[in-house]
Amino acid sequence: MAGLSSSGSSAGGLGRCSHAVVRALPESLCRQALRREKDSEVDFARAEREHQLYVGVLKSKLGLQVLELPPDESLPDCVFVEDVTVVCEETALITRPGAPSRRKEVEAMKRALESLNLNIVEMTDENATLDGGDVLFTGREFFVGLSKRTNQRGAEILADTFKDYAVSTVPVYDSLHLKSFCSMAGPNLIAIGSSEAAQKALKTMQQMSDHRYDKLTVPDDAAANCIYLNIPSKGHVLLHRAPEEYPESAKVFEKLKDHMLIPIASTELAKVDGALTCCSVFINKTSEL
Amino acid sequence: MTTEIGSETEVKKESEQLEANTAQEGTEEATESQIQPDLDNPVSEKVQSSPSSQAPVSQSSPTSHKKEKEPSEGKGISRFIPPWLKKQKSYTVAGPKDEAKKREQTSTGEECATEVGEHPLPEAAAESKGNLEEATQNQQEVKADDQEEKHSVSSAETQPAKEDSKDIEVEKVSEEKEEKEEKGEEGEKRETKEVQTTDLKMEKVSQKTPKKIKTLPCKVMLLDGTEYSYDLEKRAKGQVLFDKVCEQLNLLEKDYFGLVLQENSEQKSWLDPAKEIKRQIRNLPWLFTFNVKFYPPDPSQLTEDITRYFLCLQLRQDIASGHLPCSFVTHSLLGSYTLQAELGDYDPEEHNNDYISEFQFAPNQTKEMEEKVVELHKTHRGLTPAQADSQFLENAKRLSMYGVDLHHAKDSEGVDIMLGVCANGLLIYKDRLRINRFAWPKILKISYKRSNFYIKVRPTEQEQFESTIGFKLPNHRAAKRLWKVCVEHHTFYRLVSPEQPLKATFLTLGSKFRYSGRTQAQTRQASSLIDRPAPYFERTSSKRISRSLDGAPVGITKSDQSLLKDFAVTVGPAGDKIYDSEIGGHGKLKDGDGRDEDGSLTKTPQLELTQDGKPPVVKTEMVTISDATKRTEISTKEVPIVQTETKTITYESPQFDGSAGGDAGVLLSAQTITSESVSTTTTTHITKTVKGGVSETRIEKRIVITGDADIDHDQALAQAIKEAKEQHPDMSVTRVVVHKETELAEEDE
Repeated sequence: MAGLSSSGSSAGGLGRCSHAVVRALPESLCRQALRREKDSEVDFARAEREHQLYVGVLKSKLGLQVLELPPDESLPDCVFVEDVTVVCEETALITRPGAPSRRKEVEAMKRALESLNLNIVEMTDENATLDGGDVLFTGREFFVGLSKRTNQRGAEILADTFKDYAVSTVPVYDSLHLKSFCSMAGPNLIAIGSSEAAQKALKTMQQMSDHRYDKLTVPDDAAANCIYLNIPSKGHVLLHRAPEEYPESAKVFEKLKDHMLIPIASTELAKVDGALTCCSVFINKTSEL
Repeated sequence: MTTEIGSETEVKKESEQLEANTAQEGTEEATESQIQPDLDNPVSEKVQSSPSSQAPVSQSSPTSHKKEKEPSEGKGISRFIPPWLKKQKSYTVAGPKDEAKKREQTSTGEECATEVGEHPLPEAAAESKGNLEEATQNQQEVKADDQEEKHSVSSAETQPAKEDSKDIEVEKVSEEKEEKEEKGEEGEKRETKEVQTTDLKMEKVSQKTPKKIKTLPCKVMLLDGTEYSYDLEKRAKGQVLFDKVCEQLNLLEKDYFGLVLQENSEQKSWLDPAKEIKRQIRNLPWLFTFNVKFYPPDPSQLTEDITRYFLCLQLRQDIASGHLPCSFVTHSLLGSYTLQAELGDYDPEEHNNDYISEFQFAPNQTKEMEEKVVELHKTHRGLTPAQADSQFLENAKRLSMYGVDLHHAKDSEGVDIMLGVCANGLLIYKDRLRINRFAWPKILKISYKRSNFYIKVRPTEQEQFESTIGFKLPNHRAAKRLWKVCVEHHTFYRLVSPEQPLKATFLTLGSKFRYSGRTQAQTRQASSLIDRPAPYFERTSSKRISRSLDGAPVGITKSDQSLLKDFAVTVGPAGDKIYDSEIGGHGKLKDGDGRDEDGSLTKTPQLELTQDGKPPVVKTEMVTISDATKRTEISTKEVPIVQTETKTITYESPQFDGSAGGDAGVLLSAQTITSESVSTTTTTHITKTVKGGVSETRIEKRIVITGDADIDHDQALAQAIKEAKEQHPDMSVTRVVVHKETELAEEDE
C-alpha cells in the first residue's frame, strides 16, 4: 500500500502516477465558460485539437491509463477537472467548487474515482469552497491558496482529510488560483512566475514551510503552471507550455537536464483561464485490489 | 546539603527582593502575605525562607552568613544561581528589611510556601526609575510565578517595612556594578566550588539541624504503562528522580525525555530537573509520567534501539490519543509496524481475529482499520522488532505534527489560534491550518508579560524594523509555560551548548531560567560515545526479547576507594578497536535529517556566540500593553487595588543578524563534553593521537560528585567506573585518580 513510506518519503513519490482522469470539452465552453478577461474568443476546434494532443501525450507517450469523462454541455467549465477533486495517495477529496455553476461537475468525477477504489471524502459543508487549482501539493505538504474560489473552511476540510500533512494557507489576490502562477516542476522544485504577486506568494510559502524548496523562476506566470510526473520507465517528465506561447519561459525549462520535456500548447483554453494542470487529475494506484 | 554559597545567594536574593519590595510596595506587603493562602501552589518557591537564613541577611559579611544560615532548606540551590549573585551579600541593605525577614520567618517557617499570586502593586511603581522598575518586575514575576522560577524570594513579599525607595536605588546601582566586575571571574568555577564546599557545610548543618532524612513516596508512570515507585528524599531535585527513572529503564540517551507533572492534565508541565521537586508539585503522593520531551527530528540518528523503543511507545500513545493526527492509511501502517515489533511475524494460527483488539492504533479505531493493519502486518514478515520500530519512526517522523507542542492562544484580534513549538521554530495554527511560521533564526526575542506572549521577529527584506507580535495566552502561567518551552526547544535544537545562566546586568532583569540540560548537539556527541552492548529490554505486550539485540549490561566493578569527591578515570585503548566515534561533530547543528532548517546553514555559526560568555545584546523596544486591565484579585483584607506591572521575561536568542554568519560552525571544543546532573558533573575529554600509523584515543573523564550527607563514596566511584566501562567496553581503565576536597578551594579546576 502506498503509505507514507512510499509516497511521502522525502517527496520521492511526487508525480508518481498510473492513472489520469480527463474530461472532454463541451461546445458551451466557448461562450459560457467563466473567464477573467472577456475579450478573446475561443476557437473551439483548435481548443479541441490542443486538448486531444494533451490527452494523447498522457496516454500514448507516457503510457498512463486515462479515464476520459464525456463532456456535459450544461457544465461549460467541465474540462477543468483539477478543480473538482484533490487526490493524494489513496484518498480523494471531492471539492465544493467556488463557482456555483461548477458544483455539478463533481458528480462524474466522483463516480470515476469510485471506480478506481479510492477513499472518497466529500466536502459537504455549505460554507466551504475549494477549487483544486488552489491546492499545491509538494509531496511534503499542502499549500492552499485563499482566493475568490477557495475559502478558509474549504482549506480546513482539506487539512482534515489529509491529516498526515501540514496544510498552510497562502493568500491569492491577483489571479484566479494559486496554481495560476506556480506548480511543482520536480520533487523539491517549485516553478514560479515572475510577477510580484507570484513572488510574494512564494515568499509566503517559503516562510511557512519547514522544508527548503528549490525554485525555478520563469518570466511568465502562466508558464509556471506545468505538470511534473514521475513515470517508472521515463523518469522525470515535465509537461510545459510551448515555446511558441512563452519562448522565454520555455528556455528556462529547457535548462532542466534531468527532465524529459514535453512542450504542450494550450492557447485556446488559456483564454478561459485554463492552465496545463487544470485539465487532468493524476492517481497512483499501486495495487489493484 | 546546603552549600555555603547557596546560602549566601539565597540570602542575597531575599535582600534584593526586599529592596524592590520595600521600595515599591510599602504597606501593601502585609496584604500580600494574606494572599498566600489562596494560592494554588502552597508548596512552591520561596523556600529560601528557612528560619536560620533570615537573621543574617542584613549583614554584610559573608562569613556571618555562612555560620548563621545553614538552613535545612535550599539544598544545592546555589548551583543554579548565577554566580554574580554570590558576591552581592555585602551590598545588602540592612535595617528594616532585616526585621521584615525575621517576621516572615516566624510566619512562614521551613515548609511554608510564601508564594504570592498576582496581586496589586502600589502606584508608586510607576514613579520608580528603570532599575527600580525592573526590580519590581522581577519581584512581581516571582509572585505571579508558578513554582518554577529559580530566583524567587519569599521573605521579601511579606515584609511590611516601608522604605525610602531612592536610597535603595542607589544601593542597587552600586551593587550592580560590583556584580558586573565579579561575575566574570566567577562564572566558570562555580560548579566545582560548590561541590567542594559541601563537606564543610555538612558539618555545620549537622550541628544545627538534626539529621533526619525524610523520604517521600513518588510514582512515575512509564511509557509502557507500568508504574514505578521510589522513595525520594524530601528535598531531592528533579534530576535525581529523572536519573533514577532512566537508570531503571536502562536508558542512556535520556536528554530527549523528561518527567511530566501529573497534576496538570490539559497542558504538560515539565519537572525542572534543576529544582527541588517539592517546589514544583503540591500534591502527595508525587505523581509523574515519563515522556518524550524533545522529539528527535531524525530518530535514525539515535544510537540505541532502546531509545527508539521508548520513542515508539510515546508516539503510539500520541497517536492513539489523537494528539498526533494521522490519516487512515498512516494509522494502519504504523499499527502494522507496532504489531510486527510486539508480536513478530504474522502467524495465522496464533494471530486469530482477536489478537489485534488489544492494541489501540487510533483514537477511533474501526474494524476496517484493523483489517488493514492485519493485512499490512502480513507484509512485514522478517522484520525484527528493532527494524519494525525504525520503520515506524521513519513514517511517524514525517507527520506534520510530529514533535509539535501545541498551546492555545488568541491572536491580536482575539481569534483562537494554536501556537506550536517544534524543533524548527514556532508554528501558528488556526484550526488545522498553518497560518504562519517563525523559524528560530527569524526570532530575535521571545518574552512574556502577564498572560501575553511576544515574539520579536527579524525584519524581512522589505521591512526596515523588527516587529513584535503578541499573543494572548489563557493566563500568566500558560504564557510562562509557553515561554519556557520555547527557550528549551530553541536551546535544545539550535544551540551547540546551553547558554550560560543569564548574567544579569542591571538592565537585563528577567527570568534566569535557561535550559540546563544538554542540547541535541551535545547529546548526539555524548551518545556517539555509547559503546555498550545493546541492552536487553522487554517489550510491552509480548515480553519478547528484542531479537536484534544481544548482550547484557556490564556488571558493577568493585572498587576499594574510599571517600572521594572528585576523580578522574582515564580510559585508554584496548584491543584493536579504536574508539573513533564521530566526536566534535563540527557544529552539527543542522540535524542531518531530512528536514531542512530555514537558514540553518548561515545561522548556525551565530549560535556559537554564546560561548564567548557575552550575553547577546539585541536592542529591544519595550512593548507596552495598552489595555491597562486592572487586577481585581480578591484579598481578605482591604487592599487598594492598583494596576499591576508585571515583569517581562525575555529570552534573547543568541543570534545576531545574518551578517554574523560564516560557514558551518566548529564546536568550540569539540572534544570536551560536560554533562551535569544533580549529583555529578562529568567532563569528558577525548584526545586522539596518531603515532606511527596507530591511532590512540584517550578519554579522560573528570567526574565531580556533589557531596551530600548521604553519599556513599565507594559506591559513587564504583558506579562511575562501571559507567565508564559500560560506555566504552572495548577500552580499558588505565588510571583512576581520586581527589578529595575538604576545603573550600576557590581556584580549583
